[in-house]
Amino acid sequence: MDNTKKLLEIKDLTIHYVTVDGTVRAVENLDLSINAGETLGLVGETGAGKTTSVKAVMKILPVPPAKVISGQILFKGEDILKKSKKEMRKIRGAKISMIFQDPMTSLNPVMTVSEQIEEAIGLHNPKKSRREIKKLSDEMLETVGIKAERSMDYPHQFSGGMKQRVVIAMALACNPELIIADEPTTALDVTIQAQVLDLMKKLKDKFNTSMIMITHDLGVVAEICDYVAIMYSGEVVEHGTREHIFHNALHPYTKGLFACIPNLYEDEKRLKPIKGLTPDPVNLPKGCKFHPRCPYAMEICSKESPKTAMMDEGHMVKCHLYKEGMADGK
Amino acid sequence: MENNMIEIQNLKKYFQTKKGSLRAVDDVSFGIKRGETLGLVGESGCGKSTIGRLLIRLIEATDGHIFFEGEDLRKMNDAAMRKMRRKMQIVFQDPYASLDARKSIFQSIGEPLRVQKIFTNKSDYEKRVYELMEIVGLARRLSNTYPHELDGGRRQRVGIARALALNPSFIVLDEPVSALDVSIQAQVLNLIQDLQQDFRLTYLFISHDLGVVKHISDNIAVMYLGKLVEKADYTSIFRDPLHPYTQALLSAVPVPSIDVEKKRIIIEGDVPSPINPKPGCRFAGRCIYSQDICIQEEPELVEYSPDRFVACHFAGKVGR
Repeated sequence: MDNTKKLLEIKDLTIHYVTVDGTVRAVENLDLSINAGETLGLVGETGAGKTTSVKAVMKILPVPPAKVISGQILFKGEDILKKSKKEMRKIRGAKISMIFQDPMTSLNPVMTVSEQIEEAIGLHNPKKSRREIKKLSDEMLETVGIKAERSMDYPHQFSGGMKQRVVIAMALACNPELIIADEPTTALDVTIQAQVLDLMKKLKDKFNTSMIMITHDLGVVAEICDYVAIMYSGEVVEHGTREHIFHNALHPYTKGLFACIPNLYEDEKRLKPIKGLTPDPVNLPKGCKFHPRCPYAMEICSKESPKTAMMDEGHMVKCHLYKEGMADGK
Repeated sequence: MENNMIEIQNLKKYFQTKKGSLRAVDDVSFGIKRGETLGLVGESGCGKSTIGRLLIRLIEATDGHIFFEGEDLRKMNDAAMRKMRRKMQIVFQDPYASLDARKSIFQSIGEPLRVQKIFTNKSDYEKRVYELMEIVGLARRLSNTYPHELDGGRRQRVGIARALALNPSFIVLDEPVSALDVSIQAQVLNLIQDLQQDFRLTYLFISHDLGVVKHISDNIAVMYLGKLVEKADYTSIFRDPLHPYTQALLSAVPVPSIDVEKKRIIIEGDVPSPINPKPGCRFAGRCIYSQDICIQEEPELVEYSPDRFVACHFAGKVGR
């Protein structure tokens, strides 16, 4: 693969939370990359390490208890982990910005929405006049479908979907190269979710922004993502294009995830849940972390951690069932 | 209507607010047959949870009737109602909020038995609690743990065990799996289905997740802003929705497949306020087919074809 066009590359990232109850191994040996203009879906259940990974990219992990043990996060070839606070401030919001799940907690209740967008623009464009900044802010609001005449309203005067639009406007205000969206539509009703996803798709094409979309909803992934990474207990267990994941899922966990979603278009009498629970991150199983729940577990699975195997151009899986060079998935 | 285990007629719940009357549930009627699951869907604020609470009289209705096995619940006094409650239970969305943090799992599950004074003998009581734990798939060793020590799936199993304790015949399930991860959600949904078979339970299943509702329900009722807009068996609702809101709602659900070609109807704007709603159809302001009559006259819920109910002036004529 061509290294020059990689926008973000996470290599062998390990993050632990050191607590009184023991060390939480939140992210272990994580490898992930995203090219310019692409959307990557990061899928996994609670505690899989999705949010911890992207918070490391933004360098907003609470340290302590969080501790980056090893690894590199290369953004356009430069390691974010080596950046100073001052350097990070220039990157956050300007080059990488983040959208959180709950818009109410990311908006300031005592500032008008325009003031909040202007603040983001002003910080990164100190030479612009106030009038220019206000104009840009109004344009951003119009772009996300909010009339500029509402710019002097406060967050509580907007509905949930509208608030999330404001957050999106803020994230896009400085035209960043990478947007990290952490469950941006999970708190919204389906019809409003459809509006916001539609908007995000349009904006992504318009500004050619790369995006990492964290979600637990494979439906949202199918709608918006080009690539998908499936996380389980701090690792990426499968990574590929959306066609790879939706047509030829390899990892037993990925297959299990698809089997337990009720399907709107097919009649199934019974769901096939994945047995057991996600392991306690303080006390992870040896070998493959999924083996206690895996219907295909073999002897080796409880002893050795599987290595990443490249099964097809860009389709990677971490499972003892697969060896590089095998016919894809068979 | 005779064979309905539970039936509501013209049920209304208005809350008085400073700005006016908030019509949370406005003239809703439906019935659920014994052993059947009715799925109640709609978005935040449409009144679906209010209906669940009205049905078992956790809150009092403003007007209308609730018949349970033919008896009007709203005419019962407290003593009669307390007895009736053995037959009807509710499971809430967030088991963490609905369980007492200072009671062990054993105490929590046993609480309904103690309140209703079912057992006089301690060993019978303990036997029943352990039996309930086994029914919902909780290991006996967990009996002395507290809610914070359990994961969400197990906590919800405790909520279900509590609901089952008094051998009810009807259970309101209010978003019982919404707080759970998908792999755990599937486990709990299977449990809910097994229990219905084993104990011949009747369910009102409230959820915003259409996939889950379709999976579990026999009939589905769709609500919008305090009104019932459509009710039918689950296949009809999904194959051939009649109301423009149902059509839009279904088209908005992201499908975990990249092969399904979907016609997406994006409805503009937000759900309007349920306080002092405008006359006419509640959905008219956002409906893509809206005509003059829709803002002037409120459509009645009519039987469009046998057992298919819809409230729309243009039912069957639009969006098919």
